[in-house]
Amino acid sequence: MAQAPATEPSAPLVYVRDTPTETLPPPVYARGALAWFRENFFSDILSSVLTVAAIAFLVWVLPGLVRFLFLDAVWSAKDGGPCRVVGAGACWAFIAQKWQYFMYASYPIDERWRVDTTLIVGALLVVWLLWPGLPRKGLGGLLFFIAYPIFGCILLVGWPAIGLPFADTSLWGGVFVTLLIATVGIVFSLPAGVLLALGRRSRMPIVKFLSVVFIEFVRGVPFITVLFMANTMLPLFVPPYLTPDRLLRPLIGVALFSAAYMAEEVRGGLQAIPKGQYEGAMAVGLNYWRMMRLIILPQALTLVIPGIVNNFIGLFKDTTLVAIVGIFDFLAAVEAQSHDPVWNGPSVLTTGYIFAAAFYFVFCFGMSRYSLYMERKLAAGKKR
Amino acid sequence: MANEAVGQERPKVSPLNDPAIRGYVFQALLLAVLVLLIIGATINTSENMRTRGIPTDFRFWNNVAGFDIDDTLIPYSALDTYGRAFWVGLLNTLLVSAVGIVLATFLGFVLGVARLSRNLVINKLAMAYVEVIRNTPLLLQLLFWYNAMLKPLPEPRQSIAWPGGIFLNNRGIIFPNPQYGPQAGWVVMMFFVGAAAAILYATWAHRRQIRTGEQAPVVLVSLGLIIGLPVVAFFVLGQPISLSFPMLKGFNFVGGLRVRPERVALVLGLVIYTAAFIAEIVRAGIMAVSRGQSEAAHALGLRAGPTLNLVVIPQALRVIIPPLTSQYLNLTKNSSLAVFVGYPDLVQVFAGTVLNQTGAAVQVMAITMLVYLTISLVTSALMNWYNARKALVER
Repeated sequence: MAQAPATEPSAPLVYVRDTPTETLPPPVYARGALAWFRENFFSDILSSVLTVAAIAFLVWVLPGLVRFLFLDAVWSAKDGGPCRVVGAGACWAFIAQKWQYFMYASYPIDERWRVDTTLIVGALLVVWLLWPGLPRKGLGGLLFFIAYPIFGCILLVGWPAIGLPFADTSLWGGVFVTLLIATVGIVFSLPAGVLLALGRRSRMPIVKFLSVVFIEFVRGVPFITVLFMANTMLPLFVPPYLTPDRLLRPLIGVALFSAAYMAEEVRGGLQAIPKGQYEGAMAVGLNYWRMMRLIILPQALTLVIPGIVNNFIGLFKDTTLVAIVGIFDFLAAVEAQSHDPVWNGPSVLTTGYIFAAAFYFVFCFGMSRYSLYMERKLAAGKKR
Repeated sequence: MANEAVGQERPKVSPLNDPAIRGYVFQALLLAVLVLLIIGATINTSENMRTRGIPTDFRFWNNVAGFDIDDTLIPYSALDTYGRAFWVGLLNTLLVSAVGIVLATFLGFVLGVARLSRNLVINKLAMAYVEVIRNTPLLLQLLFWYNAMLKPLPEPRQSIAWPGGIFLNNRGIIFPNPQYGPQAGWVVMMFFVGAAAAILYATWAHRRQIRTGEQAPVVLVSLGLIIGLPVVAFFVLGQPISLSFPMLKGFNFVGGLRVRPERVALVLGLVIYTAAFIAEIVRAGIMAVSRGQSEAAHALGLRAGPTLNLVVIPQALRVIIPPLTSQYLNLTKNSSLAVFVGYPDLVQVFAGTVLNQTGAAVQVMAITMLVYLTISLVTSALMNWYNARKALVER
């Protein structure tokens, strides 16, 4: 390339600016509330259309919802009359009147303190186990997984020898049975799931084969069929004098079902533990069970806490299905009471469903938040 | 001194402490216990079945069922056998599962993308949907749709009319019914011919692009083949397919295709529930593709569309497919909740009515579970095959 011809130094270039211009203020739509608004709601044509459509949808739905839930709702009533009026909203009076039934169903009124005690003790133990700051988790676990089931069983079923009359399981129902089924599932499924997961990774072919067959079989069939099977086939498998109680049968079904799902969760954790951990444990001379108990499982289980909690959420939702074998869980109690001729009416049923949904939502959402919190807490040590 | 022992023959271990021997003993014990349990259960079962007069064979299969089923895909009457009732139930299960899977996938992908949208309203709406639906039991939702939404619909004479000749009332949804004339088969056949031709064309175009770099308008040509051929056949043959619109005659509709509220509730419930889970899977899958991938694609000059199609989605699919498979299986298994809304699926018909009428609990439950196991295994085999094709090819 040729050199550009030299210009006369005495003649300055008039078209070259030698002082910087004033900086302009940033465009009004790039900062502040307006920009935030634009960025989040109207960043392009599609986004604007969607925003308008979504707001239109909300305007269409929300006022009706608020009116149904609060403004037109019937807050107090002696029977379903005010709720049957055309245009009446949610029938909260129905919930207020029936909440005791939703809680205990037909459990003898004088004995309901037993249910309350069991629930409170259980809640305390759960808090002990889940609250990261509390000490002596080992003792808490021992109490929750071994002592509590025995304690709860004695208290709920009754033991005439110590002055607790029997409470027939056909009277049990409501929230308390829902929590009972969930607790049994959780208490049983965690240890059984760990054993099955260990079995699936075992080097003993028969143990491995049996674990795989059990896990895959249970995971391959719907929960309802497991319940059906527990209900119709368990009584056939045992001699007539051993026929399990009608509440016990679905509990066995729940326990087996959740154990298989838990096993897969735990197996995921076991597989994530590097081989060096196993080798290190063996090198210091630990035998299989000590290696698992002291080195592998604590790490593996912590890794899969979110998955385990997700399983519990699924289990909690699945407890509703026991209604198919005639167990009166919370949802079944709500459903049955909304057909009560005194209250019967379209808004009563809807109210019952909304109430039930809120109940399940609180529990499941709480569990999922807890799992997120634990996940973040456990990941904190790994973040750089 | 100690070093001398190393490399010498292994120290003698008491057989009590030899892991291999212990393993054999333990397994033998386990097997023995299991065999004993099975033998005991078998003896008890046959004893119990004999005393209760429960059939122990499969002869009930060919007996007359004697009950009616509302919603059948194949002709069935109360005079048919239990065996035919089984097929009716199985087909209903498969129908609901297939329809549910297609719709839930579609809704789930839309929601998953909405969940990632930078538009706050859309994002939060999708989040609210996912959280509410995932944290309430499916059964509650099904009962809500069926008892609180579909049952209180007006009776046929006050039906809610939707555009396109669709009517909504407490007997279900009534669609216009396609009527097939004598030559309608050709139109349907042309659709398949078009689809086959489109696949051939796409394969050819792909090969040519790899060889020469020339691109071909695959999407346009495929659409033309798949839609155009049947449409041309439709008009050439003198419109052999017509829609018969539902008409109100007296108290009910005639001429339409009626989908009963039970099936509507079941499909609606399954789709809405499963879509929430699929949305989360899709979101996780897209988020798993690092930003660098799309930035690199932009740097190469790809526009937003091709970036999504060629770079982000193929990588996201690898993460999405395995959990998506288990959601499909969950949907299929959850279709057994049909029993709660009275839709005659396999469980309701076979494990419910047939079991109650014949009492053959063991046989009926075994067949039912085998069917679900087969469905599960076949679905996961298919999805594994698809996954293997999409999986990252590494060294």
